[in-house]
Amino acid sequence: MDDLLSDFLSETLESLEVVDAELVKFEQQPDDDETLNNIFRLVHTIKGTCGFLGLPRLEALAHAGETLLGKYRDKDLVATPDTVSLILDSIDQIKSILGHLAETQSEPEGTDEEIIAQLVAASEGQVEAVAKPEEKAPEPQIEAEPEPEPESDPVTSCKTDTDQTEQGTSNYDEDLDRELRPGEVSLADLEAAFLAAEGPDLDKLAAEAEEAKQAEKKKKAAEAATKAATDPIKMVQTVRVNVESLEDLMTMVSELVLTRNQLLQTVRETASEDIKIPLQRLSSVTAELQEGVMKTRMQPIGNAWKKLPRIVRDSAKAVNKKVQLNMSGETTELDRQVLELIGDPLTHMVRNSCDHGIEPGDIRLAAGKPETGQINLSAYHEGGHIVIEIADDGAGLPTSKIRNKAIKNGTISQAEADSMTDNQIHRLIFAAGLSTAASVTSISGRGVGMDVVRSNIEQIGGTIDLKSEDGKGTTFKIKIPLTLAIVSALIVETSSGKFAIPQLAVVELVRTSENGEHRLETVSNTRVLRLRDTLLPIIDLSQITGGPMEDPERTTGFVVVMTVGDQRFGVQVDSVFDTEEIVVKPLSNRLKEIEIFSGNTILGDGSVIMILDPNGIARRVGASQEIEQNVAQTTEKQTKDCTKTAMLLFFAGDREPKAVPLNLVTRLEEIDSEKIEVSNGRHLVQYRDTLMPLVHASGVPSFNEESAQPVLVFTENGRSVGLAVDEIVDIVEEELLIEMSDGSLGTIGSAIIKGQATEILDVGHFLTLGFDDWFDRAVDEQAGDSTAKKKVLLVDDNAFFRNMVKPLLNAAGYEVTAIESTSEAWELNDAGADFDVIVSDIEMPDDNGVNFAHRLAEDLRWSGVPRLALSALGQHDLEKIGATTAFTDVVRKSDRESLISTINYVLQSQGEAA
Amino acid sequence: MSTPTPVIESAKPDKTGAMREFVTIYIADQIFGIPVSDIHEVFHPQAITSVPLAPPEIRGVLNLRGRIVTAIEVRNKLNLPPLENDGTNLMAIGVEIEDEAYGLIIDRVGDVLQLPEEECEAIPINMDPVWQKVSSGIYRLEKQLLIILDIKKLLGVQPKEELAA
Repeated sequence: MDDLLSDFLSETLESLEVVDAELVKFEQQPDDDETLNNIFRLVHTIKGTCGFLGLPRLEALAHAGETLLGKYRDKDLVATPDTVSLILDSIDQIKSILGHLAETQSEPEGTDEEIIAQLVAASEGQVEAVAKPEEKAPEPQIEAEPEPEPESDPVTSCKTDTDQTEQGTSNYDEDLDRELRPGEVSLADLEAAFLAAEGPDLDKLAAEAEEAKQAEKKKKAAEAATKAATDPIKMVQTVRVNVESLEDLMTMVSELVLTRNQLLQTVRETASEDIKIPLQRLSSVTAELQEGVMKTRMQPIGNAWKKLPRIVRDSAKAVNKKVQLNMSGETTELDRQVLELIGDPLTHMVRNSCDHGIEPGDIRLAAGKPETGQINLSAYHEGGHIVIEIADDGAGLPTSKIRNKAIKNGTISQAEADSMTDNQIHRLIFAAGLSTAASVTSISGRGVGMDVVRSNIEQIGGTIDLKSEDGKGTTFKIKIPLTLAIVSALIVETSSGKFAIPQLAVVELVRTSENGEHRLETVSNTRVLRLRDTLLPIIDLSQITGGPMEDPERTTGFVVVMTVGDQRFGVQVDSVFDTEEIVVKPLSNRLKEIEIFSGNTILGDGSVIMILDPNGIARRVGASQEIEQNVAQTTEKQTKDCTKTAMLLFFAGDREPKAVPLNLVTRLEEIDSEKIEVSNGRHLVQYRDTLMPLVHASGVPSFNEESAQPVLVFTENGRSVGLAVDEIVDIVEEELLIEMSDGSLGTIGSAIIKGQATEILDVGHFLTLGFDDWFDRAVDEQAGDSTAKKKVLLVDDNAFFRNMVKPLLNAAGYEVTAIESTSEAWELNDAGADFDVIVSDIEMPDDNGVNFAHRLAEDLRWSGVPRLALSALGQHDLEKIGATTAFTDVVRKSDRESLISTINYVLQSQGEAA
Repeated sequence: MSTPTPVIESAKPDKTGAMREFVTIYIADQIFGIPVSDIHEVFHPQAITSVPLAPPEIRGVLNLRGRIVTAIEVRNKLNLPPLENDGTNLMAIGVEIEDEAYGLIIDRVGDVLQLPEEECEAIPINMDPVWQKVSSGIYRLEKQLLIILDIKKLLGVQPKEELAA
């Protein structure tokens, strides 16, 4: 391609990007002359160059645009969003012609008459409309006044200009730039130039004595303006270099770094002094060279942001919102390769914020927020990475919507949803096919998006996380490496070989040992590490890399603690070598499928090593050890799903602590082991004049031989079962986040109690072991009273509570349907289900229990069903919120005895009333 | 090696068609030909790093003069039992496809043959479907048949799937 043409193309495209952004700015602040002048200059330059290169179509288009802009500048016309759109359209048209030009080196066929006609109409048609009142009304004249004012000024400023030009040509750009800033100064010149472009005659007409000088200067001014626009801070001498040459250079440097590493390794072993000194020099020169070459690849992130103001403007316009985009840290530099890859995800996310995040103006006003929504885009360096934050002050993510959608999609199960925190629910938007937009707009809402964003970011070794606060907005935080080419990595070894872990994700390294500070423990077949009061899920690197599974009893080794997003986990390895600067080489296409690797590299010793992908491993952890992952997050202060519960801690079978809720236990007894009898394969003990069955909590009947046997006694309907344990440890009252187990027999789940992973036992299971007919008998008793089992609907969002209460009520002879939300209750209602009593929690995330009760009272079928409220609040508080009127009765959550007796009582009185 | 001479003789003298050059390789006693232009080099792969979770035909990755090369077991690709070798004296041919370097692990390398283009025949249709898929033609040498391997097809083919098809 013609050098001139290619230079023109790249320069014009750059200018157009600036024009895009400036136009948006101009639309918001139509009185900002500086911005307008900048636009005008750029468009003018484009027009001029087009004429020079013989591109009539582009020239005509640019000319029409320029004419309209000229009207704005002369205050003949006031810019409206519609006309700005028109100009933007013409810019787009110019871009598409440029695209064609780049491919074929000639302008495409066809004309732009339509858009030119529109532009002309906009400038002419409205000129009259505006010009007329201008003559009559004094106001526009006032508006016009700023014009002549600077025109008188330029005489002086012009002189300084020329003076300065004479003083030194080397820095005249800067001077001009400064001079241009008042804007009005060069207006006259530009006008002259504008006229000149139309015909030499006009130029001559306009060329008065002092303007002749200015006309000469104007060319420089226009040039300077273009340059200033591309590099507004400082003019440095630059050379355009083909990106490919830079890439090649980088590859070579990478090779050099590798070779140096190899040499260093060899010399370390042979230790010949003669070589060491020159090698040290080579090493430091290589490091400098690497740094230098890296610098050539660095670009300010603002380059990737240039098109965003336009996008925000268009998106906001499309959905009729007012949105302002604020950017900070544009000068933060990062590798251009990364920059290219981050562009699309950023665009998508900014669009999302605009479309979903920011609420429509009226809703914002109603919520007491300013009508114009803010999107803040910022970038800064942190460690070896760059952090980009996209924050909006919109509505925040709709937690319950996402949850419901995710359950409906099958992304998560109901049980999983129960145990997830809001933040975890929010992160589900990164899962495929999850869009909560109520309607699909032209911009977004099709459910492909955030998952693509995530995978794009992960592809370049970055992570993405979000924080959302209801009604306050959403903040996305993207952390990406500065460069993809060279990263620092930790080299580890396991039975299946050596692997490199990027330092980016590594938080700390823990040495584990049997009796040391950090110990590996096993909870329901998964490994965890107790680390400063948190429970860290451990993934065995040997196992996920296809090697043999580590001996589960093994407790020594190293754990690499990693964070990915808000997920924190440990990777168990055999040994850890040192860290090495590695040159990441992309994986062969045939290996790209393996999600745990992100690349490979050559080590100093010449061997090839696979680089683990922290994101891929995190997904593995997520898949196999979801339970621990959730438990591990208990350290984060969470109010939801946390109930302060008194737990009885004990040992049974092994030294792993177990626990049961204290309020289920009737008594604690110590029974003389000699009194334990065996009858028909069962262990029994005489207790309070009856025979009480004994069950061992470990599942194995291994009772204490010598000393007294500690027993937890559970009594229900006059019958007791003893649960034998090895040792009662403690009673603690703690806020618990209980993670449900996979349904293994006899346990409800696990939790951290006193900093230790503890299994929570399912008491119901042991009761049936004591009496096979434990539940049946209760049914029989019930059957005596009435013909069928009474049906109880239990609505509570807390899974732990549901799991605890359901067996209790079952045991008391009720048929219990336990659900998590009121919406499910209505589904049951629609399905025609009937209940004898409805027990509902008062505080639930998706609905208020009181509202629920009121709706129940109005429901046709269920209005007669007694409503019981479960509450952690006191009676007094309940009165305050009017709960006592909505509910038949209120029971305190912790009081199980009264729950059953209240249900009995309510049902009885119901029966009498009927 | 003596093989080339008779072959050239066997070429019909009246036909002056273009000649093609093949490197012959042996896999499980069968002789294959690969166009010389496809082959970058022949090397002894050393220090292969195995890649966990990779497909079985991928023996691993190795460093060949600063380049990472993916080592492919050709025997696996051809549904043949693996070569009994402790990994110390392997033989591989280096090829490049779509800018990626591969090392095809073979039993041993033979010679370079010049064969006239028009003598290349179509593959008998009763041949193992996988072999059919990976070859672009066959030559009748004096003593045996030379199957021409198409490297691109060889690397693209999935042995199990092809069998099913």
